[in-house]
Amino acid sequence: MQGLRLLLGLAVALWGGASAHALTAEQARAMASGDTDARVAALGAAAATADPALAAFAQALLDDAVKLTPALVLVVKGDTAVDASTGAPATLPADAEDVVNNNRMRGALQAAVASLRLLDTDPAVRAAAVAELAKTPLEEAQLPLIDKALAAEADAGLKAQLTRMRAGLLVASSDPAKRLAAAQALGESDESQVKALLMERLADGAETDPAVRSALRVALDQVSSRLVWGERLGVVFTGISLGSILLLVALGLAITYGLMGVINMAHGELMMIGAYATYVVQNLFRAHLPGAFDYYVWLAVPVSFLAAALVGALMERSVIRWLYGRPLETLLATWGISLVLMQSVRTLFGAQNVPVENPSWLSGGVAVASNLTLPFNRIAIIGFAFLVLGGVALLIARTRLGLFVRGVTQNRRMAACMGVNTARIDTYAFSLGAGIAGLAGCALSQVGNVGPDLGQSYIVDSFMVVVLGGVGQLAGTVVAGLGLGVLNKLLEGWAGAVLAKIMVLVVIVVFIQKRPQGLFAMKGRSAEA
Amino acid sequence: MMSQPAPRTTLLSPTGWTAVAIALLVVTLVVPVLNLAIPDGSVFHLSDYAVALTGKIMCYAICALAMDLIWGYTGILSLGHGLFFALGGYAMGMYLMRQIGRDGNYQSDLPDFMVFLDWKALPWHWAWSDSFAFQMLMVVLVPGLLALVFGFFAFRSRIKGVYFSIITQALTFAAMLLFFRNETGFGGNNGFTDFKRLVGTPIAVPSTRMVLFVLTGLVLIGFFLMARAIVTSKFGRVLQAIRDAESRVMFTGYDPLAYKLAIWTLSAVMCGVAGALYVPQVGIINPGEMSPAASIEIAIWAAVGGRATLIGPIVGAFFVNGAKSWFTQVVPEFWLYFLGALFIAVTLFLPNGLVGLVGQLRRKGKKEAAP
Repeated sequence: MQGLRLLLGLAVALWGGASAHALTAEQARAMASGDTDARVAALGAAAATADPALAAFAQALLDDAVKLTPALVLVVKGDTAVDASTGAPATLPADAEDVVNNNRMRGALQAAVASLRLLDTDPAVRAAAVAELAKTPLEEAQLPLIDKALAAEADAGLKAQLTRMRAGLLVASSDPAKRLAAAQALGESDESQVKALLMERLADGAETDPAVRSALRVALDQVSSRLVWGERLGVVFTGISLGSILLLVALGLAITYGLMGVINMAHGELMMIGAYATYVVQNLFRAHLPGAFDYYVWLAVPVSFLAAALVGALMERSVIRWLYGRPLETLLATWGISLVLMQSVRTLFGAQNVPVENPSWLSGGVAVASNLTLPFNRIAIIGFAFLVLGGVALLIARTRLGLFVRGVTQNRRMAACMGVNTARIDTYAFSLGAGIAGLAGCALSQVGNVGPDLGQSYIVDSFMVVVLGGVGQLAGTVVAGLGLGVLNKLLEGWAGAVLAKIMVLVVIVVFIQKRPQGLFAMKGRSAEA
Repeated sequence: MMSQPAPRTTLLSPTGWTAVAIALLVVTLVVPVLNLAIPDGSVFHLSDYAVALTGKIMCYAICALAMDLIWGYTGILSLGHGLFFALGGYAMGMYLMRQIGRDGNYQSDLPDFMVFLDWKALPWHWAWSDSFAFQMLMVVLVPGLLALVFGFFAFRSRIKGVYFSIITQALTFAAMLLFFRNETGFGGNNGFTDFKRLVGTPIAVPSTRMVLFVLTGLVLIGFFLMARAIVTSKFGRVLQAIRDAESRVMFTGYDPLAYKLAIWTLSAVMCGVAGALYVPQVGIINPGEMSPAASIEIAIWAAVGGRATLIGPIVGAFFVNGAKSWFTQVVPEFWLYFLGALFIAVTLFLPNGLVGLVGQLRRKGKKEAAP
């Protein structure tokens, strides 16, 4: 690395020497000596001419390789020294002074090196330089540099970032007139970073001039009003995203609880099984089919369904079968099952969370507004939830199995008289509910942590959805799931996550006062169970 | 919807019940003697650990008894009783925190966690926390009022069965989230600990511990006798009628709301008192006590021992918690397997719990002896 830098430095120095004094001796001296204000100003002025030799010199200053003699500014490379402006070899006098840079000067130098890279022909290098500049504290003296880069920049995204950087510099300028102009210019923006910048300037003590202050306030209002739709849409989107997850979780419950009357406290653990099945499929793909890793999700979906459905069938055959019609007992027994499942997963996979990676086509997102990016994985889950919903609705309403399930739910003995094998239908229906929980777990693995406690955090919410939606009603589950999701996120923005949860709970309790059977009550005598 | 009706043979004759009460009383009195008066080396000496464990389990037994009144006799399964237990514990804990005085790590008048949060004064709900009488009132009032208000709204709209269970679970879950927050002023997820003294006397010395132990035992016996009086009274008969057929109770002219609300509030207060006795003996209270899992465990104590038997839940609390302390010492990784299997086995094979099993065996024995 050091060798490479030396070669580069030499090359630049040689080239600089050839191209007729790109960096004058006066400039070099001004940057290397004197008080910091003057040096930063000189650096900015030199950068405005965008001399490639400057980059090497600034780097040398950063490396503490520059020494001063009364006559010359020398760059020391190992044992040899060269003149900073001409590149001619020179002898290093014993009394040469070291150039000392304070932190401010260092920051300015780093910014200068980065901003010179702003003029690179490779857009990736320019983007990296902009990102680096955004991190370093800039000073007004460096303005010419950014102006220059801005004039040359062709990429719209980088141009916008540079414009914002420039405005940020100007709005903190020492000249009130410039600050005023900058504040007015910032009002045209629609970016959330600008809003943060304006709020920072409006904070106590940052801006003292009343005219500028009022201009800042006007600008802030303008920006906020432009941003407000993005923010509102963002809240609605996260709400729908949460709602779609709740919907997925509650769909399985709507079958096991709503149709079969079984309180399945192990529902969350069936989700966890689905998520771990996804994890296992992911690992198998990584080990054996690394080329097809992006498509592991397509296999993970059916595998997680089958894994959870199998465990569900075992549960139904071994335990739940004996407890039909005694919901409080099923509650306790399935809680016991959930403890056993959780502990088994801890024994098999360890108590720590396991990493599940998004396939590349699910990472990233689509930018809808400057302050709103919708992640692909959440969009996919919303679509997935509605696909599963459609599938379940079709299954219940249109297939033979669905007919049998409805028949057994409405009148078990009559269904049995008609020749329906009710015991088998129970197993199928419960496995279906469990399998859907597995699908929910597969979806969750794409957005959250996968660990033994995964199911626990959703179980209370998902029962709320079923209770609110009304037992035995898919439509109620949909409305309640999405409604609770959006309501939760709206309240969260207003009152914080914990209070929002408590308020939602209170809303549900009050709501049930008015409609004890939920949103969509079953009509007729079946209501009194 | 109904819970399995227990066979209506009396479990014990009146003399039998008296014997149980006397046995409990003897245990409460004998344990201190075995712990304090018998020297360390003797076979009959009870270690401090055993005494602390028994004291703790007696607090749990009070909860199980409270659960039996509301679940076993009234048919309402609460999955939020841990909340009332924790509220009673927190009320006691606030007083104990103030009793630390300036002996905390920061030598401040404020409890350590408040100094740590850089609070300058006590928040409003701590205003009278240095008064023992006031906090003891809170031990009863806070769980009682919460249960009264919550129960009024829930029972008025006839939320029952599983719906009620799930809503109580959500209630304790929400409360746990609230207490986890530092802003609530209850020490966040660390809760209260490091207690130094109780009404001026050091809390860790054997005599204080023994007083607490005996007190817990006496409260347990008191509650047991009270519960016994309730379930044999007319009030208790209405409760059991509500459990077995609520609509028929309404048709005969009773309003179940008042009955349910009364037993529900009483049950919550019993849990609050248990929590207040638990905290000084165990030395810590944190929001973990409000987790849904803690509440559902109370239900399993009652179920294991046998619902609607009064003595069963106490037996269940001792059995399950005894097993828990044995498992967590010897084979900790198997504890959850055991607990899970216990949940399943009791609901499948022992609908009347351990006490019911004894009754079954005895009837079987009688039948074989008769011919």
